[in-house]
Amino acid sequence: MTSPPNRDPGLQPERTRLAWRRTTLSSTVAAVLAAKAALHGGVTPEGVIICALCCALWLAFLTLAHHRITTLTADSGPPPPLAPRHATAAVLCTVAVAVCAAVLVY
Amino acid sequence: MIDFARNVRLWFAPQEISEEGGTPDYRFSLANERTFLAWLRTALALIGGGFAVDQFLPDLRWAWRVGLALALLAAGVMCSLRAVNHWVRCERAMRQGKDLPVSRFPALLSIAVAIVAVAMVIVVLAGWEG
Repeated sequence: MTSPPNRDPGLQPERTRLAWRRTTLSSTVAAVLAAKAALHGGVTPEGVIICALCCALWLAFLTLAHHRITTLTADSGPPPPLAPRHATAAVLCTVAVAVCAAVLVY
Repeated sequence: MIDFARNVRLWFAPQEISEEGGTPDYRFSLANERTFLAWLRTALALIGGGFAVDQFLPDLRWAWRVGLALALLAAGVMCSLRAVNHWVRCERAMRQGKDLPVSRFPALLSIAVAIVAVAMVIVVLAGWEG
């Protein structure tokens, strides 16, 4: 039984890629709930602004995740580690959604 | 506190991390990244829970509803900030060949979630009676 030389038996890049996918799915759920909350009591200017902001944050997160997924699937040796800047950006998107939510709830 | 400030600087400065110690096996880095993402999902779920309390418990009194929602949202913010901080600490520990950092955050989060859950039960039961 021979396997290709570059194959990682633990499928680590694939698992990490899927973890990013799951996380974008979670952020989609949060964004949908945000949109529902923002436009629940009729269309108001503030509601539209917050809804647009949440959509923009969701898109930013999606871009980050997509960037990382492309890096992980690039077929050239072991994938580079996650850059702290990326991690921080993803976390800041999450925090910003929470701030939007706090504004909406209040 | 000084350590924390240093870690915050490292969130934005990838080159400083890669200057310390040796590069660990990339599989360990990827496992660390997945743990970070799992914590980020937990944070997103808490934020979603905050939205859900606000949206799906409309009969609650305003103070309870806002209080519960803000508690969940604050937990989400804490969780996501802690996610990146713990990730940076693990990454540094792996590079320097030290033990991985221990943390009481999971215990604190579990207790906070349990308290919020009990509060929800009480509030929903009281809401139905009243």
